[in-house]
Amino acid sequence: MNLHEYQGKELFAKFGLPVSKNRVIASADDAVDACRDIGGNKWVVKAQVHAGGRGKAGGVKLVSTPEEAVEFANHWLGKRLITYQTDSNGQLVNSILVEECTDIAKELYLSAVVDRGTQRIVFIGSSEGGVNIEEVAENTPEKIIYEPIDPLTGPMDFQSRKISKVLGLDGEQSKQFSKMLPQLTDLFVTHDLSLLEINPLVITQGGKLHCLDAKINIDSNAIYRQPEIQAMHDPSQEDPRESEAALNDLSYVSLDGNIGCMVNGAGLAMGTMDTIKYFDGSPANFLDVGGTATQDRVSKAFKLILADPEVRVVLVNIFGGIVRCDLIAEGILAAIKEVGVSIPVVVRLEGNNADIGSNILAKSSAEIVSLNNLEDAAKKAVELSK
Amino acid sequence: MSILVDKNTRLLVQGFTGSQATLHSEQSIEYGTNIVGGVTPGKGGQTHLGVPVFNSVHEAVEAVQPNASIIFVPAKFCKDSILEAADAGIKLIICITEGVPTLDMLIVKKRVDELGITLIGPNCPGIITPGEAKLGIMPGSIHLEGSVGIISRSGTLTYEAVKQTSDLGLGQSTCVGIGGDPIPGTSFIDVLKMMESDDQTKAIVMVGEIGGTAEEEAAEFIKNNISKPVISYIAGQTAPAGKRMGHAGAIIAGGKGTAADKIKKLEECGVHIAENLLQIGKKAKEVLD
Repeated sequence: MNLHEYQGKELFAKFGLPVSKNRVIASADDAVDACRDIGGNKWVVKAQVHAGGRGKAGGVKLVSTPEEAVEFANHWLGKRLITYQTDSNGQLVNSILVEECTDIAKELYLSAVVDRGTQRIVFIGSSEGGVNIEEVAENTPEKIIYEPIDPLTGPMDFQSRKISKVLGLDGEQSKQFSKMLPQLTDLFVTHDLSLLEINPLVITQGGKLHCLDAKINIDSNAIYRQPEIQAMHDPSQEDPRESEAALNDLSYVSLDGNIGCMVNGAGLAMGTMDTIKYFDGSPANFLDVGGTATQDRVSKAFKLILADPEVRVVLVNIFGGIVRCDLIAEGILAAIKEVGVSIPVVVRLEGNNADIGSNILAKSSAEIVSLNNLEDAAKKAVELSK
Repeated sequence: MSILVDKNTRLLVQGFTGSQATLHSEQSIEYGTNIVGGVTPGKGGQTHLGVPVFNSVHEAVEAVQPNASIIFVPAKFCKDSILEAADAGIKLIICITEGVPTLDMLIVKKRVDELGITLIGPNCPGIITPGEAKLGIMPGSIHLEGSVGIISRSGTLTYEAVKQTSDLGLGQSTCVGIGGDPIPGTSFIDVLKMMESDDQTKAIVMVGEIGGTAEEEAAEFIKNNISKPVISYIAGQTAPAGKRMGHAGAIIAGGKGTAADKIKKLEECGVHIAENLLQIGKKAKEVLD
């Protein structure tokens, strides 16, 4: 799960990290009050969406009167912001962050991730901030430090000094950073983050470290024990079908093609998409119905797939495993009847009693093609999609 | 021979009386696995599926001497259950449960490594040595005793590889599902090492998927350390970047972890690539013939 920048900064502030004085507004009417509350004579207004690249897309602006802030809010609220990180529909802007303006002396980069290689939380720092870190890693790897944190000891002062050196901090800033590193680690662990990124972390004209941006992802597996984070969930930033799927405990990702896919198991679901592509077809979605593939789950999966108007044919690929295929076949039939599927459905069943299951499907009156072999089933689905 | 599990495996089931554990334990017993007991706190003293239930792993270890444990408890209790089995001295722990928080796994992994324990999973189908023992949720009937070792990050995709190698008469030595999470207890490399020194295994099928760099690391290891032929299939060639494809670990992040990168690296390291999942069995047969 992702957070908005303003939510990330709320968490930063809670853990003692330096962020700008700010207000979040959901209505342009509140922009004047927000500027007045913050004070000063320059403000930064930032459209809040779950995507990077907002600045280049016009979603961030420096304003010098509250009226300009109102104008910015009027322009963006309720509209969709398209950046290089979003799809062509963009993301809905339903709040604006108004911040006091920070005078920047230098931009740095800092992030923390769960690193699979070291199996640790790893901090990544660079003296090159405000740019694409992947490019820095590619072109000037010497300007980046990767510092893994031992879960037993937590972050140590010597590690903070190592990172400070690569960031190019002076003595006072290093001292400040040695306080920030444990605060960031504490935030990461307390709220089950999977990514925390501050790009840029800046040195102000006054020589202080300051978090100018905040990108936070939370481990979906741990959401159950993060009530504060659950309350920050913004469904408007997600594909509505993906959110609906998540509510039904189904794993769904929408794609551009026209062959709806229903598969049990994430790996096999990806493998099925690849097989469709291999035979020159185009999958409309990734969908894992889970190990049991009961009538209820299959019905919900059909509803999700059919909500996509592009879908011309559905390919169901179930490796029965422990559950008998004849039971799965009956579930599929009942689901097709319940949902009222009117486009062709190609079903491939494998596993226990696969033959009996296929017979049940073949004999039904519904528009079902039942094939025991994935190659034939994928080819048939591609043919029907053209 | 085989790896990790065989006829001498004495299995304990944690979360024994739950519905999933019951279903899969019945299947395992039917397959011939020696389940010596189970643990469900608060239900000690009962008998379930013909074997005793204990309140703790420690009690079970004292009474029935298991040498492996399989875990079916809900995700929020997995950290505790794995560490309990570890503390009780069990050296092979299999965690089937999906959805274990990643930060729990960072702690668990560090601890089991210190203790020299093999942890398989979480979020995995388990291990099977065909004809000997089944410790997991895979359908026993599709397996055949044979010569191909299978290692996989995915459950049902493993079954495809198994079915294909069985249909072609090759069969399997041992199949290990290492699971689809970002921090697995056991890596491809750990299992590759075991299969390299196993006489029964003549070829190794490694089923990978997008996300992370485990396949790339395995490729490098294979080039330098594995003399047996390795066949690999990578799922997710059509997966979009930035989306989690079901498994917590299956996500292309920051341009890293694509199927194309993995396939390229594996090919460079001399691994036989099954371009499509339909070709896994055929490739293995080609290589072995």
